[in-house]
Amino acid sequence: MIAELGHFALVLAFGVALLQAVLPIWGAARGDRRLMALADPAAMVQFLLIAAAFAALTHAFVTSDFSLSLVVGNSHTDKPLIYKIAGVWGNHEGSLLLWVLALSGFGASAVWFGGNLPVTLKARVLGVQGMIGVAFLAFLLFTSNPFLRLAQPPMNGRDLNPLLQDPGLAFHPPFLYLGYVGLSMSFSFAVAALIEGRIDAAWARWVRPWTLAAWIFLTIGITLGSWWAYYELGWGGFWFWDPVENASFMPWLISAALLHSAIVVEKRESLRAWTILLAILAFGFSLIGTFLVRSGVITSVHAFANDPERGVFILLILGFFMGGALMLFALRAGALEARGAFAMLSRESALVANNLLLAVAAFVVFIGTIWPLVAELLWGRVLSVGAPFFDAAFTPFMVGLALILPVGAMLPWKRADLRATVRRLLPALLLALALGALAYAVQSGRSALGPVGLALGAWLVAGTLTDLALRCGRGSLGERLSRLSRLPRADWGKATAHAGLGITIFAVAAMMAWATEDIRVLRPGESFALGPYEITLREVHKESGPNYETSLAEMAVTKAGAAVTTLYPEKRFYPVAQMPTTEAAIDYGLFRDLYLVIGDPQEGGGYAVRSYIKPFANWLWGGALMMALGGMLSLSDRRYRVAAGARRAAPQPAE
Amino acid sequence: MRRLILVLALLASPAFAVQPDEVLPDPVLEARARTISENLRCPVCQGESIDDSNAPISRSLRLAVRERLVAGDSDAEVMEYIVARYGEFVLFRPRASGSGLVLWLAGPAMLVLGGGIAFAMARRRAKAPEAEGLSAEDRARLEALLKE
Repeated sequence: MIAELGHFALVLAFGVALLQAVLPIWGAARGDRRLMALADPAAMVQFLLIAAAFAALTHAFVTSDFSLSLVVGNSHTDKPLIYKIAGVWGNHEGSLLLWVLALSGFGASAVWFGGNLPVTLKARVLGVQGMIGVAFLAFLLFTSNPFLRLAQPPMNGRDLNPLLQDPGLAFHPPFLYLGYVGLSMSFSFAVAALIEGRIDAAWARWVRPWTLAAWIFLTIGITLGSWWAYYELGWGGFWFWDPVENASFMPWLISAALLHSAIVVEKRESLRAWTILLAILAFGFSLIGTFLVRSGVITSVHAFANDPERGVFILLILGFFMGGALMLFALRAGALEARGAFAMLSRESALVANNLLLAVAAFVVFIGTIWPLVAELLWGRVLSVGAPFFDAAFTPFMVGLALILPVGAMLPWKRADLRATVRRLLPALLLALALGALAYAVQSGRSALGPVGLALGAWLVAGTLTDLALRCGRGSLGERLSRLSRLPRADWGKATAHAGLGITIFAVAAMMAWATEDIRVLRPGESFALGPYEITLREVHKESGPNYETSLAEMAVTKAGAAVTTLYPEKRFYPVAQMPTTEAAIDYGLFRDLYLVIGDPQEGGGYAVRSYIKPFANWLWGGALMMALGGMLSLSDRRYRVAAGARRAAPQPAE
Repeated sequence: MRRLILVLALLASPAFAVQPDEVLPDPVLEARARTISENLRCPVCQGESIDDSNAPISRSLRLAVRERLVAGDSDAEVMEYIVARYGEFVLFRPRASGSGLVLWLAGPAMLVLGGGIAFAMARRRAKAPEAEGLSAEDRARLEALLKE
């Protein structure tokens, strides 16, 4: 009964979305305020209905209602409660339901926070948001209904994929979806502005918080996924350039570009057409990502859904929204006369370079991802594009970006003196070069990757600190600190995010260049040396978990005779899913992770053991989370609260 | 990315890719073997290198790579040997020749093109008049608002 109510709520939501897609836009065109006013309640009701459907599906999973075919395929009575809930989105149908829930949630928050938007702009934004809702609700209802019943329910389910039964992964998809779908707001604002024919600083101020929010969610989602891969897959890799990872990385790169170009529109009203184009493309990459993942067109280890019907449907959605928006762009963008002059050397130009590098980087990821498809269609060649290509073809653009970032971040608007800025950054530059040279000398004979990563990371962090120090001006320490504390949150956000990027770049290089690995057969009681550590396999015994069997190894780690820690790597077997998994045991440290994996028993006794020292692993997630934190600081800046939430009548002083 | 994982599931099964008995005694040769393996795709898995894969065929490929290295082949010769038998599908890094050039040059070409456009625009922009005061459009809007 509850499942039927959920299904019914979805159908109603589809109807409401249809109204929301048509009436407000029509009203805005005719200047009919009553029709425009329909947008608010429609967006709210659509969200509540989809939330009800989502609650109904969650109820089915929590109560293990095996009359639903989706629950049978992805759940089991023995599964811990948290994974019963995570099972709701651990499959195609449920994850799409989460997608439309997030979509309608963003629409509803536009109503919530959009009190001061011009009436016609708000009606159009919500109308476009309604159209996207119609498309995806139709996709859900007609090709991927999560509420299908079984005529003969089985006694128990087939369980969720054991690799998905993990806290890191339980929360990874919701964040990623909030990011993907958050970009629909930027898209709706761009299309509404094109219809409206007005793009100015106020528009940029409205659209930037939504883009920031989407980018923060994407950052956190990607970080969680990467961290999960690191500890769960058993070889300490953190990024595989898999098509599904790329699907989330492309919108991240483009939305990062959009964040920066929206600043130029906001401060200087330049780059308006380009910013609109980026907003359209950012959501386009979200849709392309959805298509790649959902259609299985690119054989990826990740793609479950191998159903051409679904692929074609998403392709139609993609074609409609991208085709429509780009056509509108072509018709209207020409009318945007260039405003806000700036010199060849200026903050504006630096941000153009930032946008160019990020866009090209996203394009490289895109072409590498679809290349096997292109080659097969055009030349019948079956080939692969993997990590070695992306490492070689993508990295140079990131290096370029990191090189110009500290300089660009300090250049003044409109017209800049490059030499003066570089002179201020000279200490940071020398520090970075010295650290790189030192690392190169100490590591003797290994690849240049580590030293280059260290130098780039130090350049970004030191450059950011230089910027902050100069913002304090001159005077006593007290005066400087008080000036520092009065810096707008957006400036703190910028500094935090840029330093986070530096730390991430350093950690990636360090993990790739300086990891230590050891593979051997070990009998209980034996020990071996790994770097400065001595590792002893004490014993291996069997245990049972709630829904799995496990072989648990006890391994003692000592350094110069002193005990460091005892680690318990596991090899689990999930009988329902008939699948083994490895649970690496990790001793997390500030400067290194100790990463132990136990493998199969060997002929002749003993176990295969793999062990790693992963230098600066935590800096990778820390740096990425710093970027997200920087986004949050920026989002909390007063000017957005004023712009987004204020219903006060009094005008705010310009900042 | 998560659905993602279903993914790995199929393949990632037990942890081990390179088994202890495969490792060559000479650390230099072994390091070369690892680098080569990371660039070769497991023919039956999806998206895993033979270095990461547990499939039996990946094990044979890893052993073949090591055999050739011990026999004195250069890295390029080992690659040739494997590609001749399994096709270019196993190359994770497509060759930068023929149509492969398009793939490799797409990024740099776009950078040059985009940079050229941005440069031309910036030159024009540097000469554009600074927007002062209200545009005609803004003035019309202001008047309309004042009338309301």
